[in-house]
Amino acid sequence: MTVASEDGARPTADDPRRKAHVILRVNGEDHEVAFLPHKTLLEVLREDMGLTGTKHGCELGECGTCTVLVDGEPQLSCLLLGLQSVGRDIETVEGMAGADGLHPLQQAFAELGAAQCGYCTPGFLLTAEALLRNDPQPSRERIVEELSGNLCRCTGYLKIYEAVEQAAAARTAPGAGR
Amino acid sequence: MMRLPPFRWHAPKDLAEVVRILAGEGPAARVVAGGTDLFPNMKRRHQKASTLVGLAGVEGFSGVTSTPEGDVVIGAGTTLRALERDAAAARLAPALVEAVATISTPVLRNMGTIGGNVCLDTRCNYYNQTWEWRRAIDFCMKCDGTTCWVAPSSPRCWAVNSSDGVPALIALGARARLVGPDDEREVPVGDLFRDDGIEYLAKRPDEVLASLIVPAQGDAVSTYRKVRRRGAFDFPVAGVAVRLRRDGDRVAEVAIVVNGVGSSPIRCTAAEELLVGEVPDADRIAAAAAAAWKPARPLDNTDHEHSWRKRMVRVETKRALEALTA
Repeated sequence: MTVASEDGARPTADDPRRKAHVILRVNGEDHEVAFLPHKTLLEVLREDMGLTGTKHGCELGECGTCTVLVDGEPQLSCLLLGLQSVGRDIETVEGMAGADGLHPLQQAFAELGAAQCGYCTPGFLLTAEALLRNDPQPSRERIVEELSGNLCRCTGYLKIYEAVEQAAAARTAPGAGR
Repeated sequence: MMRLPPFRWHAPKDLAEVVRILAGEGPAARVVAGGTDLFPNMKRRHQKASTLVGLAGVEGFSGVTSTPEGDVVIGAGTTLRALERDAAAARLAPALVEAVATISTPVLRNMGTIGGNVCLDTRCNYYNQTWEWRRAIDFCMKCDGTTCWVAPSSPRCWAVNSSDGVPALIALGARARLVGPDDEREVPVGDLFRDDGIEYLAKRPDEVLASLIVPAQGDAVSTYRKVRRRGAFDFPVAGVAVRLRRDGDRVAEVAIVVNGVGSSPIRCTAAEELLVGEVPDADRIAAAAAAAWKPARPLDNTDHEHSWRKRMVRVETKRALEALTA
């Protein structure tokens, strides 16, 4: 069974066949979740929490499709254990759209056709979101570099870069909500 | 789904506890920092562990500090991204920071650590495949089989050292601090490697790489050049790190270290000897680059054609030397 350490943020698991029972903070809410110790965050999000917006691609760190934000930084959820995610702030694509509609990045991706099959889109959106938080007006060169860990087999990338630029412009326009 | 196999999980707060667990459990236990090398390998069933010891929470295991003398001390758990963004490291150890910035992708560098890059498992087209793929060719010597499929008559494994950080660290004269259950020691980074695709690390299994120390470089300059197919994701199929210090017009010291073309990084001493005490003009640089090409012995077990990779060692050594002497 689960053994949480004294500070609760550093769980250990002595029995590989027993579920760990922990609190994960996802999209600003604490969730009580139970899963086997060897499950990745990707598997926990999709299978144990029903958050299937995070997509399952190569599972080896070679495509970026499963990217989520961990403490504000893009990370590959296929190479991070659920147990390693305890005590950290996890953001998935489900947390992007708000009560007032789509997130500016989602709006721009939709308007410019930056998503075709859409499978890579959640990873791109979150990677781009982390970039714009740190650099609200990134150069094209910086966008290309920061998104270089996300593969898209449909769009040829140009529309994605343009969508990030449009979202950056919308976000910094006078009166922009976020 | 390609799932991880089950394991016990420990996440100690200090390094003494990590080495105590390793000593107690033996080789069935492994450490994991960023997980970007070990987890894919465990998913493909190349590397096995019944116990994993997570290093991310170990106090004092990450961070970059520099001394007034110009030494740079890098915790092994420092992410590649943090090292890449460290202004002091970029100024004091340029070849290392250049090399780290070429590793895989920005999102992977947010997770992967410099310690993991140093200890990176050797790579081969016949090894970095799923269990089903490997079973179909009857497995290879490095894992579950007996034959080296790139050189079937070979008694040894030819998997390739594919770390970008390692040649830069060796060229810069860096040392590695290893912590074991009873002692700790510092060794030159070059001494951590063996020319064998399986037993590629000279570190004891119960030792943990704790930190790397890059000594003050004085007025030496350094750079790293990498050959790969894409501008991101790919491991080096050849690479060269060069550190050079001049005294007036002449070369006073030089270190040339090649990677991606053998099971260990290769120090090109013959090329270095051609440069020391000489004016690095075009002829000298061409001669040194030709000498650096000789010890490179790539086989056909990575991306790109292996004779081209060997030729590129000469080209990239020449380019690196030209850049540092321009």
